[in-house]
Amino acid sequence: MARVGVFVCFCGANIAGVIDVPAVVQEAKKIKEVKISIEYKYLCSDPGQQIIREAIVQNRLTSVVVAACSPRMHEKTFRKALLDAGMNPYLLEIANIREHSSWVHQKDKKAATEKASDLIRMAVAKSIANEQLHEISVPVTKRALVIGGGIAGIQAALDIADARIPVTLVEKSPSIGGRMAQLDETFPTLDCSQCILTPKMVDVASHPYIELIPYSEVIELQGYVGNYKAKIKKKASYVDFSSCTGCGACTQKCPVKVPNEFNMNIDKRKAIYTPFPQAVPNKPVIDAEHCTMLLKGKCGICAKVCEKGSINFKMVDEVIEREIGAVVIATGYDLWDPKPYEEYGVGRYKDIITSLEFERMVSASGPTNGVPVRPSDGKVPKNVVFIKCIGSRDEAKGIEYCSKICCMYTAKHAILLHHKVPDSHAYIFYMDIRAAGKGYEEFVKRAQVETAATYLRGRVSKIYKKGDKLMVRGEDAQIGQVVEVEADLVVLATAVIAPKDNPALARLLGVSYDKYGYISEAHPKLRPVETAKAGIFLAGCTQAPKDIPDTVAQASACAAKVCGLFAGDTMKKDPMISTINNEFCSGCLNCIKVCPYQAIVTEEIPLGHGSKEIRTVAKINEGVCQGCGSCVAICRSMAISLAGFTDPQIINEIVAI
Amino acid sequence: METEVKETQGKIFSAENPGITAPTDWQPVIMGILCNWCSYAGSDLTGTSRIQYPPNIRIIRVPCSSRVDPWFIIKSLQTTADGVLISGCHPGDCHYISGNYYARRRFLVTKKLLNFIGYHENRIQFSWVSAAEGPKFAKVVAKVTEDIKKLGPLHRYKKENF
Repeated sequence: MARVGVFVCFCGANIAGVIDVPAVVQEAKKIKEVKISIEYKYLCSDPGQQIIREAIVQNRLTSVVVAACSPRMHEKTFRKALLDAGMNPYLLEIANIREHSSWVHQKDKKAATEKASDLIRMAVAKSIANEQLHEISVPVTKRALVIGGGIAGIQAALDIADARIPVTLVEKSPSIGGRMAQLDETFPTLDCSQCILTPKMVDVASHPYIELIPYSEVIELQGYVGNYKAKIKKKASYVDFSSCTGCGACTQKCPVKVPNEFNMNIDKRKAIYTPFPQAVPNKPVIDAEHCTMLLKGKCGICAKVCEKGSINFKMVDEVIEREIGAVVIATGYDLWDPKPYEEYGVGRYKDIITSLEFERMVSASGPTNGVPVRPSDGKVPKNVVFIKCIGSRDEAKGIEYCSKICCMYTAKHAILLHHKVPDSHAYIFYMDIRAAGKGYEEFVKRAQVETAATYLRGRVSKIYKKGDKLMVRGEDAQIGQVVEVEADLVVLATAVIAPKDNPALARLLGVSYDKYGYISEAHPKLRPVETAKAGIFLAGCTQAPKDIPDTVAQASACAAKVCGLFAGDTMKKDPMISTINNEFCSGCLNCIKVCPYQAIVTEEIPLGHGSKEIRTVAKINEGVCQGCGSCVAICRSMAISLAGFTDPQIINEIVAI
Repeated sequence: METEVKETQGKIFSAENPGITAPTDWQPVIMGILCNWCSYAGSDLTGTSRIQYPPNIRIIRVPCSSRVDPWFIIKSLQTTADGVLISGCHPGDCHYISGNYYARRRFLVTKKLLNFIGYHENRIQFSWVSAAEGPKFAKVVAKVTEDIKKLGPLHRYKKENF
């Protein structure tokens, strides 16, 4: 026989001002399972909870109904009170008589009182069918997988590893470093990018808790939070990294030249190459698409010059499996291809370049040794026109959003140009200057004052060739006139876009992505570093365009989240999940179709007790189930039940009035 | 089926079964089954915003609208309720990714079935109320209550009328 205690809260005048609480208490006493029914001014207060605790012990209650505010408000508080009284916390039910009665029926006190009594009857009926539930402990594999070795991935990996949690860092290209390694100096302080990045890259390579797998990709992820299994494809590098010393003899002798993607194809690299001098790991790989030995079976010079015999043309792709508990996505960004800007002559005029090409040119280690030159004749440009918002904030040709970093790096480019070519002049066409950030506005001012760059507010309508110069025709909206600038070089600040592989990766990991291909966060404000899938986090430009400070901050936030997840040996999980009684399961497997989390799998059990024949039934993976109850409603044999919201509980509620 | 109000001699007649009547001051009971994340939160917001609505609804909380078994609807109509309101997250906004799409399809079928066996279509109503739509929840409840009042009592008065 159930012994239910009903506790009705005044909530000051919030409830008692409308509802006749003593009458409700008396009404509750009439229910035969109710052993005690009392009222108190504020049940959520300490003395209020003490009343509940004492009543539980004295009356040996089997379930508790608190008639007060919404369960979304104080369910946890009262569950804890039950726990403190030695009772299973899930034997609590809350009748929401504040939000659902006293506050919304203030003018009809009689009806509000009746409704409160009904809500209590429903809660009492439901509580009678409540079962003792226990938090589920899920074991955790304490290893994080970081996808992407740019500054976001590097920072996340280092922070996680510093907490003595093993990290596997997977990088697609032969070296970590990402986009930041391509930059010359960084705004707003003009720190040398390499100087601040390369020590971190070396830290990654030497950290005892980081396993760096370069030149590889994640191809499969299975499991659930704390218990993922990842398959990583390690692409064949044709160089045995364990014996290679990185002497570079092979790259010197290789006769095949291909455009160097690290330098934005401005110069050439060899078919066996290290992407850049400070690469980590500093070992070469063979580009199988261009190596004549691999394509035609001729050459093999690198193997001949290698003293260590590290070259192995028979190497094949390798699949590595790792058990991991959490994933950090840090795949970075790509840049928009400005081809649709035909009126600018993109593709026709060699002296129109993108901002990253300019960045490589002004880099001291770049293809032109730090001096910007015109691609057409190699001369040093005097008048340089920078055009911002190429592809960004442009619904017609590109994308709607603002790329966030272009205003700042264009100001930086103006300063760098002034440093490298002191007698040059920068013209900057802009739509708005967006310089929100610490020291950013000052930095733009510095560009305007120190370099005397001409900022022209307006769009460029056309670029045409006049002699060996480019004529840039645009609008100066501040004087309301069309202006023409004679330029030696035009630099386009192209939009930041999501990496083209992001949607495929998102599908593989089971996380959502937006219409641009960026990975979606769980909540734009309150859960900005988590994805909707538990245990998968995101950092940097894989979520949206970001500058380096924001990226690093987010990466560290990811690390904090991962460390929090791994803080105990097991994770606690809400017990309100589905369970299947496989005796009733007919094996129709409709539940598998409706489960949004792939939490249901098939299981083969004996047909009968001791039988050798088998039948297929459904089985819930406790770690994955989120407790939505889709499967319960679709199950025609009523084999599935959702703890906390079982059929008897809800039917009891329905018939209780 | 006709929706017109049949009210004569101080009595309201049931839309489905004119043999069932109730006095004119009769108040219907509406069973509201709301999903935890959107509609229940929305109904809480109605409360915190002190927006008033008719007191006929009795609210049951479920995790997701896809948890609602057609059985709950039928059981409500058979026993305590004169009408049922089910509300979930807006399509595309489901806390459980896709639950409300299953719910939507299931309810369309249930509604057709109940309609076929003689229930008025307005007895079972569905809506999408987000956690931010407190005023909308009050409007929905007011409309459903009005609709059910027009339809008169349901089978819960059957016994005493037969």
